[in-house]
Amino acid sequence: MTEAALPAPLAAPSVDRERLAAIGFVLPSFVIIAGVFALPLVLLLGVSIVDANGLTLANYKRLLGTPYYLGVVWNSLRLGLLTTLIAFLISYPAAFALARARGPLRSVLLATLFLPLAASVIVKAFAWTILLRSDGIVNETLMALGIIEDPIRMIFTETALIVGAVNIFLPFMILPIYAIVAQLDSRYAEAAATLGASPLVTFVRVILPLTLPGIVAGVALVFSLSVSAYVVPTLLIGEKYPTLATAIAKAYLLAREPGFGAAAGVVLLAIAIAVVTLSARLSREPK
Amino acid sequence: MARAAIAFCWVMAIGLALFLIAPLLVIAAASFSPTPVFDLPLTGASTRWYGKIGRLDGFWPSLLLSLQIALLSTAISLISGTLAAIAIARGKLPGADIFATALVSPLMMPGLVLGIALLQGFRAVGFTAPWATLLVAHLVITLPYVARTMIAGLSRFDFTLIEAARTLGCTYPGSVLRVMVPALAPSFLIAGIFSFLASFDNYPVSIFLADVRTKTLPIRMLQYIEEAPDPTLAALSTLILLGTVILLFVSDRVVGLHRMAGTSD
Repeated sequence: MTEAALPAPLAAPSVDRERLAAIGFVLPSFVIIAGVFALPLVLLLGVSIVDANGLTLANYKRLLGTPYYLGVVWNSLRLGLLTTLIAFLISYPAAFALARARGPLRSVLLATLFLPLAASVIVKAFAWTILLRSDGIVNETLMALGIIEDPIRMIFTETALIVGAVNIFLPFMILPIYAIVAQLDSRYAEAAATLGASPLVTFVRVILPLTLPGIVAGVALVFSLSVSAYVVPTLLIGEKYPTLATAIAKAYLLAREPGFGAAAGVVLLAIAIAVVTLSARLSREPK
Repeated sequence: MARAAIAFCWVMAIGLALFLIAPLLVIAAASFSPTPVFDLPLTGASTRWYGKIGRLDGFWPSLLLSLQIALLSTAISLISGTLAAIAIARGKLPGADIFATALVSPLMMPGLVLGIALLQGFRAVGFTAPWATLLVAHLVITLPYVARTMIAGLSRFDFTLIEAARTLGCTYPGSVLRVMVPALAPSFLIAGIFSFLASFDNYPVSIFLADVRTKTLPIRMLQYIEEAPDPTLAALSTLILLGTVILLFVSDRVVGLHRMAGTSD
């Protein structure tokens, strides 16, 4: 009897061949990630520290050493921090209600999360420019209710920027939190109550630690998205509030200063990497 | 006290739902505005803006370009990403964990930074044809969505089922087609939808690779908004939204939306 007569799966392939096949399978993705992602990022770092005369830190000195550009970096961080904080304060309690919802109500609530998520950022930012105009709905409503007498300027203010950013990035906060809260075993809270813990203690010592992975994931996502947002500040506040993202676009598309734009890009990248690393460490900690 | 806390949670959830849906309703309402300014609440209704979408400057080439790039990059990413996910899930790959992290890492990177990095990189090697650079760049935008979804989907797939089918007389391609493809179809669909939308919507990467004649739809739309916003733009946005609603509705029928929220396991 020859080997060929045996059913193929019973002939165990050698470890080497399986490994070779696995490498062949990942090769196309590896080429994409290495060639169109990792290499260009390394090159960007290079562009930021090299000029016609050789190595230089001039771009970083300009970015982190002049008050104007320090303000730009702070604007980015401020946008990220405010958006993340407000999105968290809204999302956290809402996630608990969402986890209790059943049937059609749950479907409707989930749809309100997914629909905006799938709609273009440009479309949503455009909607906020309509909503917040001085003759827009928000002003008209406030005047009709007698809260204000004359329309207040809302578009192109920091309020408009934050409202729009929270609105656009909110789903990225509530979805990871909801995913954890929905799996929360209610018996932990009951056990804590049985053992005499007050609702407040139960929340702080039991619920909050258990939902921490969702919070960390949501905070990291929303912060890294909002700190580098470009469309939202461009449409809702404009030139008045320069951020790292708008400075990068300006350096490349208008001023033709690739070295400086690259430095701003590297700083933004460093912020993103710091957030990812920190959140990975936080969610790996026991408790 | 617990009761008050629950009521508070519900108030926040309802408020959040209204807040999230508000801009979409406003866009839809504004698209039927009878006047060129967005007079809300509406005093009448007009569908004339829908007829004007096709006459927006450069609309058709941009729509075609965005569709081509989104469909092609999604197709290529679905193939290469699924193959990579299979290799990672089977555990025969040295350094699989690191590679899995690397595959999804572009998701956490600021899009604008990726955009300028690619602009520099493509320039350095003399690769400057806008259509081709857009396609290659969008592979990095779509691949992470495919990799993330397929790695998660495959982690629940039992590869011994393929061996079982082969022992029962199936050919190797036959057993993959009959056992693995049906089990992974939901993940495949979700991965495809997410990566298509990610590419179709992308602005921060495309803006650095486009030129005057090659502009994707999001670039064109931002340009319209900055130049002369009128209800035509709201009409266009409404149609895109409607397309998304249909896509989501169909995928909800097929696989269930709660699955996309990551609550199924």
